[in-house]
Amino acid sequence: MTAPVSIRNATKTFGAFTALDDVSLEISAGEFIVLLGPSGCGKTTLLSLLGGFLSPTSGSIEIAGRNMADVAPAKRPTTTMFQDYALFPHMTLRDNVAFGLKMRKVAKAKRHAKAEELLDMVGLKTSAHKKPHELSGGQRQRVALARALAVEPDVLLLDEPLGALDLKLRRQMQDELKAIQKRVGTTFVHVTHDQEEAMAIADRIVVMNAGKIEDVGSPENIYMQPKSLFSASFMGEVNFIPGTLEAKSDTALTIKTALGTVDIPPSDDAPFKQGTSVTLAIRPEHFRASTGAGPRITLGKAKVEDGSFFGTHHRAHLSPLDYPNMTITAHMPQSAVIEPGAWVELTLDPTTVVVLPDHPANTPVGSTV
Amino acid sequence: MISSRISKLLSWSYLIALYGFIFLPVAVLVLFSFQDGRLPVPPFNGATLKWYGEVFADSRLMSALGNSLMVAIGSASVACVLGFCAAYGLARFVLPASRLQRGLLIAPMTVSYLIIALGLLTTFNWIGVSLSLWTVGIGHVVINLPLCFAIIYASMGDHQKNIERAARDLGAAEWQVMTQISAPMLMPSILAAFFLSVTFSWDEFIIAFLLSRFDVTLPVEIWSMLRSGLNPKTNAVGSVVFLVSVALLLLLELIVFRRTAKK
Amino acid sequence: MAHASLETRENRRAWGFVTPALLWTIAFFVIPFIVMAAISLATRKGREIVMAWNFDNYIEFFEKAHLLKGLFVSLEITFTVTLISVILAYPLAWIIAERVPQKWQRMALIMAILPFWTSYVVRSYSWLLVLAQNGVINNSLVYLGVISEPLELASTRSATVIGFVHFFVMLLTLTIYANLVQMPPNYRRAAADLGANGFQVFWHVVLPLTLPGIMVGAFLTFVLCIGDYITPQILGGNNELALPQVIMLQLGRRADFPMAATLSIILMGVVTLAYIACARWLRMERT
Repeated sequence: MTAPVSIRNATKTFGAFTALDDVSLEISAGEFIVLLGPSGCGKTTLLSLLGGFLSPTSGSIEIAGRNMADVAPAKRPTTTMFQDYALFPHMTLRDNVAFGLKMRKVAKAKRHAKAEELLDMVGLKTSAHKKPHELSGGQRQRVALARALAVEPDVLLLDEPLGALDLKLRRQMQDELKAIQKRVGTTFVHVTHDQEEAMAIADRIVVMNAGKIEDVGSPENIYMQPKSLFSASFMGEVNFIPGTLEAKSDTALTIKTALGTVDIPPSDDAPFKQGTSVTLAIRPEHFRASTGAGPRITLGKAKVEDGSFFGTHHRAHLSPLDYPNMTITAHMPQSAVIEPGAWVELTLDPTTVVVLPDHPANTPVGSTV
Repeated sequence: MISSRISKLLSWSYLIALYGFIFLPVAVLVLFSFQDGRLPVPPFNGATLKWYGEVFADSRLMSALGNSLMVAIGSASVACVLGFCAAYGLARFVLPASRLQRGLLIAPMTVSYLIIALGLLTTFNWIGVSLSLWTVGIGHVVINLPLCFAIIYASMGDHQKNIERAARDLGAAEWQVMTQISAPMLMPSILAAFFLSVTFSWDEFIIAFLLSRFDVTLPVEIWSMLRSGLNPKTNAVGSVVFLVSVALLLLLELIVFRRTAKK
Repeated sequence: MAHASLETRENRRAWGFVTPALLWTIAFFVIPFIVMAAISLATRKGREIVMAWNFDNYIEFFEKAHLLKGLFVSLEITFTVTLISVILAYPLAWIIAERVPQKWQRMALIMAILPFWTSYVVRSYSWLLVLAQNGVINNSLVYLGVISEPLELASTRSATVIGFVHFFVMLLTLTIYANLVQMPPNYRRAAADLGANGFQVFWHVVLPLTLPGIMVGAFLTFVLCIGDYITPQILGGNNELALPQVIMLQLGRRADFPMAATLSIILMGVVTLAYIACARWLRMERT
């Protein structure tokens, strides 16, 4: 079962603190949505509003077209998978998974059959008689998923479910989670602060900060075309280079920076006025060798300060010739030889550069975030 | 090295001396419960089970024992149920003046039993309630409720709160959450509170003495036996009570702590 | 407030859980206490109790030597017992925690508090067997030729103190032991590492850290000891009466409820003072 979710102007305040500030979001049925942001950004509050553990101070929430005000958690077509799994310690896995069905007065044989089917789906069929304390972290997480799915919710809410797992297991569980979501077709709303996890599983990512939505889009979109400085910096490493919009035409935005003036092709929705402050956002891997096909722009020469090997690439810190106080982070190819003191050319494909309004607040000029 | 050996010797001597002090009265009590003679004091004239026979043949003592068990189990059950509900309400929900409420529930623990008994006695006299095992039971719930509340409240952590949320989220009504999730999950501390309450009530004298009339509990009956002076029969009763209490303690140890250790 | 209704409904349910226990405590603890406080302001006329609403009983308490003496006897006994019990229990708890091998500690602790579970009345009676004129101690001493005439051990204040100390050594051993094992071993290791010897580690690190626990245990001892009737009644006899004995006397022979209530309120006042002193000390210790 699956259903769309519609959040309209939801606000939640706790005393003087605004946890969620006028948030609106449409989620289609069967979508895998990830709410991404640092702790305190309001993502868990939004999840609690959907689950019914909190009521919005103002605004409304609809699931499957039905207003959820005054609907208790138990009566909502949602189930929550908790960060600490919240498995019932005194029950076997089968009883854990069958609990929701028992509460819905499903006959014993039927609910046990369903529980075993779900345990089979998460690969724990043979452990049905075990108690939660006999399981590993990853196994508990799977039982929690099976338990939440057993009642066939329209919407599954996942509250940092992978947070307690180690990195390797987390990557593996991400794949499983995604596969299971595709199989059952339920709408998943998943909260995390891990941007790699978000990219790995989401159909759409919702980037949140300080109670507001900063950016919504597919992982590719958010990474390649972020709509705000926060969104750009939260989704991986980025170089911010402040500048001023000098001229604007149909084919190019001419931007003057401390590293020279460059022409960038305008994106679809760039309501910049001439003379305004803008910031160029450049991902470290977009600095490329000066030779090769395609259009090229350059930000001048830079000196290599240091470098370290990351397997897939070298990560190097560079200081530009024109503005030595600035530090640029760049990813060099695996085969490159990084020598501190050497000079390189900061060459880029202009289509990979994102122009964002404003300058980063509280960030020193040109620093890498 | 010599000094460490001396300190070791001192430690063990002290340990043995204090164990001796702690066990002396109990040992004397049990030993002279087998006294073949009229007085439970030296010299020991030889062993007999006569006094135990007399204890079990004494209908007043036996009915007092029954009364004690009844009052202990009854008052401990009521105190546990009330204490569990109160702990659940205060730990799981945000209520106004919750500090004050907790303070009020704990307050009887800091007041002497004598004062609680006197307060109840004057009140029962005033409103014309006649004294019986029921009034004793009421008094014992008053002293055991703070204990049950405190033990169970202390064991309700945030992790369990999430587990209860999960149950509610899966469609459990409040009473189902309580009976199927919280109570089984907190069973070790509930049992600990229950057994502790049973032993406290079982052993309590002053409330039982002041608030009972015709039917009395065992400590009160033993008290009236004391008036006739030293008597091996009293030793025998005391030894029986001791054994029952230790058996309860062992039960608690086996059921509750074994369980906790497993998790 | 339609949007707040989920939380409001939860609140109403919460009251349902808490109310029974609150009502019980109010009905059978708070109200009786108020009734008792009111009765303490009454006087006895023959067998009738007349509400006089004055403090005559309290004034009488301070004027009549045998009443006031009860309080002093109780305080003296209680302080003596608390002090001796702490001094005896601390080394025992320390030896169990430090010298007894880990796997035997639980057993040693259970053994140390096992006589706790004899009936309260029976425990005092057992001491009577030990201390009586023809009891174990006198008999042994006479047999050994140390004394020729039995000593007067029972029916003395010493007997009361011994009976109490026996009980509270067990209680305090338990609380102090819990305190000692709770302390992270690294504190002691750090002190020893910095050159402190065994005694210095104890004096500068272990003792200060366990002092709050001792205070809580001592307070518990104080409260239980000062309010107890059985032990002084069985072991102390009628030579000098502790406050609870005086209270029971008012109830029994004289049926003077107002005076019994007055004495109880005074007893409670003393306990409250001790509580305030203890709480203030703990707060000072923490800051």
